[in-house]
Amino acid sequence: MNQTVSGPILTSDGIPLKVSLKKAERINKIRAFLLVLPLLAFILITFLIPIGDMLARSIDDRQINTVFPKTFEVYKKWDRQDLPSEEVYKTMFFELKDSEGYSVGKASTRMNYSKSGWKSLLKKSKRKFKKIEEGPYKEKMIATDKRWGDPEYWKALGQMVDPTTMGYYLNAVDLKYDSNKNVVQQKENRRIYNKTWIKTFKVSILVTFFCLLLGYPISYLLATLPMKYSNLLMICVLLPFWTSLLVRTVAWMVMLQQKGVFNNLMVMAGLIADENRWQLMYNQTAVIIVMTQILLPFMVLPLYSVMKTISPTYMRAALNLGASPIHAFYKIYMPNSIPGVSAGCLLVFIIAIGYYITPELVGGKDGQMVGNWIAYHLKTTLNWGLCAALGAILLAVMTVLYWAYNKIVGIENIKLG
Amino acid sequence: MSEKDSFVKFEKVDKSYDGEILVVKDLNLDVPKGEFLTMLGPSGSGKTTVLMMLAGFETPTSGEIYLDGNPISSIPPNKRGIGMVFQNYALFPHMTVKENLSFPLEVRKMEKSEIEEKVSNALSMVELQDFGNRMPLQLSGGQQQRVALARSLVFEPRLVLMDEPLGALDKNLREQMQYEIKHIHEKIGITVVYVTHDQSEALTMSNRIAVFNDGKIQQISSPDVLYEKPNSSFVAQFIGENNQLKGKVKSINGENCIITTESGDDIQALKINVNNNGDGSLVSLRPERVAINSSENFENNFDAKVKELIYLGDHIRSRVEVCGNDQFIVKIPNSYKGANLKEGATVKLSWKASDSRALDLN
Ligand SMILES: Nc1ncnc2c1ncn2[C@@H]1O[C@H](COP(=O)(O)OP(=O)(O)OP(=O)(O)O)[C@@H](O)[C@H]1O
Ligand SMILES: [Mg+2]
Repeated sequence: MNQTVSGPILTSDGIPLKVSLKKAERINKIRAFLLVLPLLAFILITFLIPIGDMLARSIDDRQINTVFPKTFEVYKKWDRQDLPSEEVYKTMFFELKDSEGYSVGKASTRMNYSKSGWKSLLKKSKRKFKKIEEGPYKEKMIATDKRWGDPEYWKALGQMVDPTTMGYYLNAVDLKYDSNKNVVQQKENRRIYNKTWIKTFKVSILVTFFCLLLGYPISYLLATLPMKYSNLLMICVLLPFWTSLLVRTVAWMVMLQQKGVFNNLMVMAGLIADENRWQLMYNQTAVIIVMTQILLPFMVLPLYSVMKTISPTYMRAALNLGASPIHAFYKIYMPNSIPGVSAGCLLVFIIAIGYYITPELVGGKDGQMVGNWIAYHLKTTLNWGLCAALGAILLAVMTVLYWAYNKIVGIENIKLG
Repeated sequence: MSEKDSFVKFEKVDKSYDGEILVVKDLNLDVPKGEFLTMLGPSGSGKTTVLMMLAGFETPTSGEIYLDGNPISSIPPNKRGIGMVFQNYALFPHMTVKENLSFPLEVRKMEKSEIEEKVSNALSMVELQDFGNRMPLQLSGGQQQRVALARSLVFEPRLVLMDEPLGALDKNLREQMQYEIKHIHEKIGITVVYVTHDQSEALTMSNRIAVFNDGKIQQISSPDVLYEKPNSSFVAQFIGENNQLKGKVKSINGENCIITTESGDDIQALKINVNNNGDGSLVSLRPERVAINSSENFENNFDAKVKELIYLGDHIRSRVEVCGNDQFIVKIPNSYKGANLKEGATVKLSWKASDSRALDLN
């Protein structure tokens, strides 16, 4: 008797209960895993791997090392005073002479980030080195181009000895390495990114603010109106989603130009003089106006879905208990709508901060945001390392925001529908 | 009832939401101070609408409502000082129980110490002293209900409206809460207008019951009168169990009349709601007022056939066919006499003329 009580409980076919329970659960787990597998693979390929690649690129500095491996070997022995020894010149000479033009091109682009001039120097030298047959290489190289005799050029290479670099990140916030690998500020006229960052945050905050300002009353109306009107209004709110982003943006251009609809109306109404029409296009104002319009639905939808769940009897109860309508709204309705407000703001801000197409089209010079610089370096200068660094900083900002949101509001309070 | 007595007064109040249908029609109602008045009626009969007009969330389409002699149509809801318990409690979900209760007091700019005292009094009144710091969602349905009740009373309103406050509770809890509400009403002597679907709730709690149908008060009287002397077939049907015999008026004789059923039987009844010979009528009769095989001398005596017997412990419910109605219910006490009944047997039914009421044929 005692034994059966204290021993493991068996199922009817004699297997211990725990074992057969585990077996049953394992099958469930495998099935669940198989169900999510396609999505998991999709996310891995389209999301995690690219982001990983981006993060890797933002610190990757191996390129030069692969093109000039031997040079860098001997370079490490140099004391970084005066000029390097004949040995360094010699290895550089042969590696440059024997390398393929394509890889030299890429390497020289990178070297140019450290010290501008390297690119043209390598290009010119590679051509001229063909005629040089024997040493001493140091003198002959300096003879082909004075720059070979400038220690600054050689010192600049020192930044590239390590296979990784923080250079791109420094660059993204207007800093750089000097030739001794100290972090210093960019030259005055090359400081563009900090200004862009500030502008990006400013525009995103303003857009979020205006979306909230415009979206809150509309959402309130949507949530409180009888179904038949609210449906119609909802369609109006969602209408922008039905037209292409480009069409809408171009429509705004027509609206806001100096000779556009809005200015014409203002002049016609006699509110402004014909000669000082407002400059509403191709600047930050335009970016804020157009982005607010485009992102408004992302504010309205979470707000609406939260407000829809706030029972109208709360307001009635508050009035019944003696609160004035304003007090009741402030004390009862608003606190209950906070999850929607924070979800909407987070959503709009995160979309806004990385926005690209609208500033590109209507922003002019003054309205360019970080996204536009990323696009510029991606397509025009091909400085992918810098793109990756800018993107990684954006990603970090969003993660921090998300984390802060979770701390303050609690992510389980988010309601999107 | 004198003019001075009426604390709440509806005068010729009509209400329409859409301009086509009147959901409240020509409502005249007086509620004296301290009364517990229940509005009872089927769904959609306009009970909530009446409460909402009183609370100020709907305006009467015509007519006027008076509170303590003053017209209130122009007073906004937050200035009316009427407490209300909503059907789904409407406790503020982001506030603790205490904060919920302090809300009406803070709005009235009371001293902190005074607020605290009143809140703790209100909490002990509903026996929730230990729950002040909970959020509403951490309470059971009955506890939430009691908080809602406490909140509606904490600012000492002169009048409290309750719209099906017990609708969401299970039977046991409902009965307990009925008792508690009734108890509080008696203790603080407040005027209560109460809405319910549930007739037994109405019967046990109220001083008076107003039966609503189709936007109109069908009858308003105390529970016993309502049950025993319904003055329309709607009320008779709506309140309690009821046998109905359909027929035509054969003759009228002062207070009494004779109704001939389609089967040709003549029933002696009280003339309540019929006026002319030949009018259609429903005779209404409570099951417990019908005697079976009785030796006493009643005005109405008929042979009936037992169709069905349902054993209910303390009594036996039997469905019989009499006067052409085969849905006639008789309640037989489970005594020695009743226990011998067999299905298919013929029995003698008898009842008094004063227990059968000739009502309208609606
Ligand atoms: N806001 C409104 N707009 C239009 N019609 C309404 C509105 N509120 C109620 N009604 C209509 O008025 C009638 C009476 O409604 P009311 O809510 O007063 O009924 P009730 O007696 O409280 O019913 P229940 O017992 O189901 O709560 C119903 O036919 C209802 O459809
Ligand atoms: Mg109702």
